[in-house]
Amino acid sequence: MMLASPLIAALAMLLTGAVLFALMGQEPVHAFYVYFVEPLSTVYGVGECLLKATPLILCGVGLALAFRANVQNIGADGQLTVGAIGAGAVALHFPDVDGAWLLPLMLLAGALAGMAWAAIPALLRTRFHTNEILVSLMLVYVAYLLLSYLVHGPLRDPEGFNFPQSRMFQPAALLPVLVEGVRTNGAFLLALLAVAGAWFFCDRSFAGYRMRVSGMAPGAAAYAGFSEERNVWLAFLISGGLAGLAGVGEVAGPIGQLQQSVTPGYGFAAIIVAYVGRLHPLGVLLASLLMSLLYIGGETVQMELRMPSAITGLFQGLMLFYLLGADLFIHYRFKPRRAASAPAPAPAALNAATGEPTP
Amino acid sequence: MTPAAPQAAGLAPRLQLIGIGKRYPSVVANADVNLSVMPGEIHAVLGENGAGKSTLMKIIYGVTRPDQGQILWEGRPVEIASPAAARRLGIGMVFQHFSVFETLSVVENISLALDENQALDALAARIEQVSQAYGLPLDPHRLVHSMSVGERQRVEIVRCLLQSPRLLIMDEPTSVLTPPAVLKLFESLRRLAAEGCSILYISHKLDEIQSLCDKATVLRAGRVTGTAVPAQETPRSLAELMIGRELPACRLEAREPAEVRLALHGLSLRAPDPFGTDLDDIRLEVRSGEIVGLAGISGNGQQELLRALSGEVLLAAPGVLQIDGHDAGRLRPAERRRLGMRFVPEDRLGRGAVPELSLAANALLTGYGAQMTAKGLIRFGAVRAFARRVIERFQVKCSGDQTLAGSLSGGNLQRFIVGREILLGPRIMIAAQPTWGVDIGAAMLIRQAIIDLRDQGVAVLVVSEELEELFMMCDRIAVIAEGRLSRAVAVAQTSVQQIGVWMSGSVAAAAAPGDHAVPALG
Repeated sequence: MMLASPLIAALAMLLTGAVLFALMGQEPVHAFYVYFVEPLSTVYGVGECLLKATPLILCGVGLALAFRANVQNIGADGQLTVGAIGAGAVALHFPDVDGAWLLPLMLLAGALAGMAWAAIPALLRTRFHTNEILVSLMLVYVAYLLLSYLVHGPLRDPEGFNFPQSRMFQPAALLPVLVEGVRTNGAFLLALLAVAGAWFFCDRSFAGYRMRVSGMAPGAAAYAGFSEERNVWLAFLISGGLAGLAGVGEVAGPIGQLQQSVTPGYGFAAIIVAYVGRLHPLGVLLASLLMSLLYIGGETVQMELRMPSAITGLFQGLMLFYLLGADLFIHYRFKPRRAASAPAPAPAALNAATGEPTP
Repeated sequence: MTPAAPQAAGLAPRLQLIGIGKRYPSVVANADVNLSVMPGEIHAVLGENGAGKSTLMKIIYGVTRPDQGQILWEGRPVEIASPAAARRLGIGMVFQHFSVFETLSVVENISLALDENQALDALAARIEQVSQAYGLPLDPHRLVHSMSVGERQRVEIVRCLLQSPRLLIMDEPTSVLTPPAVLKLFESLRRLAAEGCSILYISHKLDEIQSLCDKATVLRAGRVTGTAVPAQETPRSLAELMIGRELPACRLEAREPAEVRLALHGLSLRAPDPFGTDLDDIRLEVRSGEIVGLAGISGNGQQELLRALSGEVLLAAPGVLQIDGHDAGRLRPAERRRLGMRFVPEDRLGRGAVPELSLAANALLTGYGAQMTAKGLIRFGAVRAFARRVIERFQVKCSGDQTLAGSLSGGNLQRFIVGREILLGPRIMIAAQPTWGVDIGAAMLIRQAIIDLRDQGVAVLVVSEELEELFMMCDRIAVIAEGRLSRAVAVAQTSVQQIGVWMSGSVAAAAAPGDHAVPALG
């Protein structure tokens, strides 16, 4: 049932979408064609879809690992932004280099920068028991402002007419495209590698097992002697590092420079992706492709059907809403509240505690 | 001791089950069960783990629906669709696995479980009154998460008593009480029964059933295999009726202990939790080849002591705890395991085992030192082979090593956990409540396995609230009360009565805070 719930959610999303399209005077079938089929009808379109999916996969895989370990890293968008800054700083520091070592160095710098940003909530949580949800979320906005400061100041292109952006990266600092004619770049291969690596890590490695136990049963982890501190650190460093790589993929890919903003919220969309993908690396891959199609299809319907730009966010929201709803109804039964017996939670708690099989 | 069974001529049974059957995809939990309980009768339901007792009780309490059969309540056929419906009929149940919200206080928990709304203050007063009347002291404003398993069960019992039920189902209610408290509870139950309340009493303690119950129905493999009047049976004959063969006994032969393997030199520890018990100057030695028992009512510092021994709470001074002569007070759990220390924790689900993982994955939980990992990777072959060895050696009833731990019955899972720790080859074994809620046949198996460990030269510390068990398997016994430990005395030189008095010493002190006389401590 847990595996069926993303499918139920996707179906419900489509149905609601059909109603919405109809209400706005669109022919639903045609609208769906424009939204979900037309973007994939050309090689270029497929490439765009994979390109958009890349940062979602990288962030989503890391977040799935962290969420499994019960570490709520909400700040992937900030870690992505700082990762982009790290890679960008390297590229801008060596403007005349065209050696093959520049890109690996940028990738390394990006991953380390993302890890460093993620280390802040990890340190605060393990040292002072702060809530990592709040800290990691707030650091996202600090990261946005840091990037904004840098492109307005130290890293601004001197010949850029005071536009808040860096100069364009030299060719050696750009990720190569996979096939001529599309914009999908090498970061997509890195993302696939991350999926395979995460899958291996979860299923085969003892460290992955420890993280899973820490997430499922903290008491058992303590009894077994798995360090809670190490669990938090590992979860943040992995998810932060992958988010940082996603940032490199953006600035060394389609963007090609540092700008005031390098992400339309990939790090937040990746939270949805992680849960839609059932916190499994392979699921994250599929969910990322779907989410990417929602982004791109959203742009197509804006252009062709003159729908408002909110349509993308609307579909994403519907997806998450229905997923959470489906999960809730898989675990709980709906029980009308009778007027006579006021508090309903007691029987529900009893049922849950005594392990009654839910239909 | 046994009160005369109420004269039932011309009176309809309070509850009658006719031909009840319940089938799950893989097992038949109940088949053709007939049972009748008269008003004011205390009726025992006996059976091994997995015999179908819990399913039957859940059917009566409306948690589960039967596939077949009929339920008559005071002579009328009824459908009990939900626990709320059961409570409306006047059925109350004390569960073996408690359904409490950890983050709420006692009174909030009870308030949620009641079907009518009531002001918390008034409810708190009622809780105090009822808990005092039945000898189950309870602070209504205490948070549940800080309470031990034993104290949580008190919440359950008091919750049911508040509803003045006409049929009370009790699933092993005395496992957390001292002998005097058990007697007190029995008095309360008898008073309840005399007031006309029927009681369905599930327990594996046969002497209790003999002294308390008017009638007994015995279940085996989901079917009724007999009924008995406990007063006319012996514990042995009841046990044999239950397991269908002769009762295995455990043997403890005198043996000279060797070197000290586990030593506590004056352990004092402030409890991290405001409701916890501070440990005060605890001194204890456990030698190779002996079993030391730790008796005491739950909540007297056992949890804190066990956490300090396991390494989940680190000590300030390394020398206070010595394992095999090594200063171990600052060692983490994994390092203590490497020195050969093994634990059976008090809670099975969520501590001793992860319910959502398979038995094989749960074998890895503490077995990771024993060649089950290589270069950071899990060696699945070794893990599964080890899990299968545990399952086989300790007769864990399951469909294989991929069975989820959470789907096993309590006693079965306990066998797996004890077996896992034993087969990992300990030098020091610490077992908390090793047979809690385990039926008598399996309990004997576990006890014998622990005694075998001792005979192989392992130093064993058993923490238990069952004195009978401690006297059966220990060489020496010490009592923990209010965070202080008595000296350990040889079993031959003491008696159940004496240890019982030491245990309740803290109860007397708690009742009269000024009087701090705890007998025989120090």
